[in-house]
Amino acid sequence: MNILEQIYQCLIDKGRWQLILEGLGATLTIAAGAIVIGTVIGAVMALCRVSDNKLLRGISLVYITVIRGIPMVTQLMIFAYIIFAPVRMDKVLVAVIAFGINSGAYMTEIMRGGIQGVDPGQMEAGRSLGLSKWQTMFKIILPQAVKNILPTYTNEFIVLIKETSVAGYVAINDLTKVADAIRNATFNAWVPLLTAAAIYLLLTIGLTKLFSLLERRMARSDRG
Amino acid sequence: MIEVKGLSKSFGDNLVLDNINETIQKGEKVVVIGPSGSGKSTFLRCLNLLEQPTGGEIWFEGQQINKKDADINALRRKMGMVFQHFNLFPHLTVLQNITIAPVTLKLQSEEEANENAMRLLHRIGLADKADTYPSRLSGGQKQRIAIVRALAMNPDVMLFDEPTSALDPEMVGEVLEVMKELAADGMTMVVVTHEMGFAREVATRVLFMDGGHIVEQNTPQEFFEHPKHPRLKEFLSKVL
Repeated sequence: MNILEQIYQCLIDKGRWQLILEGLGATLTIAAGAIVIGTVIGAVMALCRVSDNKLLRGISLVYITVIRGIPMVTQLMIFAYIIFAPVRMDKVLVAVIAFGINSGAYMTEIMRGGIQGVDPGQMEAGRSLGLSKWQTMFKIILPQAVKNILPTYTNEFIVLIKETSVAGYVAINDLTKVADAIRNATFNAWVPLLTAAAIYLLLTIGLTKLFSLLERRMARSDRG
Repeated sequence: MIEVKGLSKSFGDNLVLDNINETIQKGEKVVVIGPSGSGKSTFLRCLNLLEQPTGGEIWFEGQQINKKDADINALRRKMGMVFQHFNLFPHLTVLQNITIAPVTLKLQSEEEANENAMRLLHRIGLADKADTYPSRLSGGQKQRIAIVRALAMNPDVMLFDEPTSALDPEMVGEVLEVMKELAADGMTMVVVTHEMGFAREVATRVLFMDGGHIVEQNTPQEFFEHPKHPRLKEFLSKVL
């Protein structure tokens, strides 16, 4: 078989392109859903982490310690086969929650670093004007912290997209799983796996470009 | 207006302020000088509780402010503060820097706040900078904006923490000029500084701090012409 025939067999024959699109859909759904959940959890937990309340600080510390200390695949399986086992829930949704909670722990630390990276004089200036701690946090500190964390945030999103490739462990047909299934059916490893690889690469490059555009726009105030 | 009773502050084992008693009347311009590490900045920062005193009482306009149930945010609105390093908000324009507190606290509508800010900017000759970001300003301009930002809250007293120490020498004058105008307008001021000329010219009273104590205080003339305490004599001989 020549290369074109191989490509036809692996990507087009028997509607396999549909399979790949569905796999890509699952990958994107999990990554996008997880980044939203992760960002929300990360923001809340980061604020807990820098709060004066010992209990809140303790909760966030336990959360990040536990989540970061267990491999993603293990967590995913625990969510799929233990926590959500009693309820019949869509596997992709389970993965969104599992990846979201996992990513939230890393987001917490990224955002905490961003918040603490803002000059303490900014908080003092806000407080000296009569703003409360939280008013200063939301109006003065966080907007600057967002700018600080954007590069690391992009990176976390890219890591997340790549990490979703373990979703196949809980029988989700994500991009990697689908590519592997095509390999099994066609005995051709090259075409499906390299296709999956190329799609991942395009996704991550596209995202990097998108975020660097955003970074440049946010740097406006630095140039005046 | 401000009354300090038995104020102490320590950082760990390090006693920075030792039982300080002081009263500042409305309209006074009190200049605090002293060697570095004497506690003068800590003293100033205790007045609006940027530092939490470890002992003693601070009263402002008839209320004790270092009490659990005191509304420190409301009290701070009446105490403007200017920092050595300006601490302008880099993500906001000059105008937004000035209006953010009064607008967020709903003391003024956005329109009123903008009008008020522009009036203040005109007064210091920086109205044309309203829409620029702080990174585009010189140090002297930043500090004048920082003064205006504090003034936009219509404070009853202004606290200055070494406002000219981080400036290039040629920019010190423009900042002192704004402060002098403020003093002439009758603002109550507490100024920690190394600018002896300013103390001589503007102060109604000069305090000398050393080792966490107010060692000597007097009118500027007596203070500089006839210092009594040996530490003050030594200090003045070095800086004058």
